[in-house]
Amino acid sequence: MSWLGPQEWQAVALSLKVAFWATLVSLPFAILVAYALARGRFYGRQLLNVLVHLPLVMPPVVTGYLLLILFGSQGALGGVLEAIGLPLAFRWTGAVLAAAIMAFPLMVRAIRLSLEAVDPRLEEAASTLGASRIWAFSTVTLPLAVPGILAGSVLGFAKAMGEFGATITFVSNIPGETQTLPSAVYAFLQVPGGESSAVKLVIIAVAIAVGALLASEYLAQRVARKASGE
Amino acid sequence: MTLSLEINKQFKGFSLDAKLEVPAGLTVLFGPSGSGKTTLLNAVAGLVQPERGHIRLGDQLLFDSDRRVNLPVHKRGLGFVFQDARLFPHLSVEKNLNYGRYFAVNKPQAADVNQIIEMLGISHLMARRPAKLSGGERQRVALGRALLSGPKMLLADEPLAALDGARKAELLPYFERLRDELKLPILYVTHSVSEAARLATTVVSMEAGRVLGQGSAAEVLSDPTLVPGGVRGVGTLLQTRVARHSDDGLSELEAGADTLVVPQVAQPVGTPLRVRIAAQDVIVATERPQGLSALNILSGQVLRLRTGEGPGAIVTLQTSAGELHARITRRSLAALKLREGQSCFAIVKTVSIAREDLGQG
Repeated sequence: MSWLGPQEWQAVALSLKVAFWATLVSLPFAILVAYALARGRFYGRQLLNVLVHLPLVMPPVVTGYLLLILFGSQGALGGVLEAIGLPLAFRWTGAVLAAAIMAFPLMVRAIRLSLEAVDPRLEEAASTLGASRIWAFSTVTLPLAVPGILAGSVLGFAKAMGEFGATITFVSNIPGETQTLPSAVYAFLQVPGGESSAVKLVIIAVAIAVGALLASEYLAQRVARKASGE
Repeated sequence: MTLSLEINKQFKGFSLDAKLEVPAGLTVLFGPSGSGKTTLLNAVAGLVQPERGHIRLGDQLLFDSDRRVNLPVHKRGLGFVFQDARLFPHLSVEKNLNYGRYFAVNKPQAADVNQIIEMLGISHLMARRPAKLSGGERQRVALGRALLSGPKMLLADEPLAALDGARKAELLPYFERLRDELKLPILYVTHSVSEAARLATTVVSMEAGRVLGQGSAAEVLSDPTLVPGGVRGVGTLLQTRVARHSDDGLSELEAGADTLVVPQVAQPVGTPLRVRIAAQDVIVATERPQGLSALNILSGQVLRLRTGEGPGAIVTLQTSAGELHARITRRSLAALKLREGQSCFAIVKTVSIAREDLGQG
């Protein structure tokens, strides 16, 4: 990667790190929420649905500002997290949180679709064979939904890589700490002569996006095949 | 192990109100669709929760609304065979079979496992995925999967309804063997009179969410007040024995002092066979008919005459093979001047006895 300068390389590496952790942290919650939305019949289900999709439709800068209020050093939750040794404000960990929240709706949607494709009567059959709810879910529904879960993760990862608005609002644009790939592109475009660096990063961003979409499409096709047992 | 229950369940426009004592053996819940038999079965399994009542299996309480007992499905230890086999599509046949064994409290011994797999004839399918099985194979694997979970009782919800005639005939003997060889209590839902006739030790007749009555298969299936469809559904169960196979595609069955000729059966000579003869396939004559194509002519005396509201009547004859019910019109009843104690002849067309009405036991 000799054609990338140290600051550019740093941005790409940080983005990969942030996106990886954002995907990993969101995934269990995304599966849980997707299952609740797909199968649950509880009061407030619609509210949960709206809440999950909110980051998708709200301006990212608003999400970033809300994160700043909640998780900043002076924020209600930020103080608590700082006290237990997990400061978020102006740290790469904060970028992870911002990216995770922005990627969450996309992951939930993909996983929910794949869970809905699994026949709920299979879990019924599993329970008559002695499997508790959690066993039935993890041995029958979850394996059948794996391609959808992978597809959701790929999409979430790509979204996390590209997150800009909420990240820059919440944790700013500090090279080496919070300057992710999109923030770096933005920064390079602000200085004279930075355009060539920006273009290199743009090429990398496009490549990652195309790769993620192709992978997610391929995995989504496998869901359908796996659910029908072919 | 007996099952006793008294439950109430309300649905929109339908209520199930059932009280039942299920003895050992194979008990058939019998009734038209919408009579609540599947709901009753699901309540026993725990898939449906009744509003009120109790369900008890042996000395274990499965459900009691007063005592707030509702054992979850996975703790009831009951095997369930669904109409659609519901095999796990991502697992091989072998893993499907082992699924329940992993959770089982009374894990079946290796010898029993082999016996069950042998009996169901599925040992050659082990490596296959469910999508690559035929309908009959799928249902046999589903049956094996339920049996290998070591159930205290087997529940079967119209397990043959999704299969065509040939597959049905292929699967019925397995249930007969479960009943006769494994001595496993079975609760079996069906709306098919021939399945009930072949399999049941006890028949529970249901209609519109109520239990109409219960009794032996022979009793219930010959009682127009208990059979769905009234007089039209009445039939006789005869206990016979295979006497001879002839080479013109027919078999002779020994039925009391008489011989019954039926389409060829596969069972060897000497096998006891249950034959169901629909009352509407029996013709009554006061003299032994001559020059008739029907091969089965049984002599007997009129035991009972029953007329309902419609134009039909049920004549019950005492033959050497047992009671035989014939459905004739009230007009014929008057024309023949039939009365109780009178000698007469019953004529049954050989081809009217369908293969699926011939069962072991």
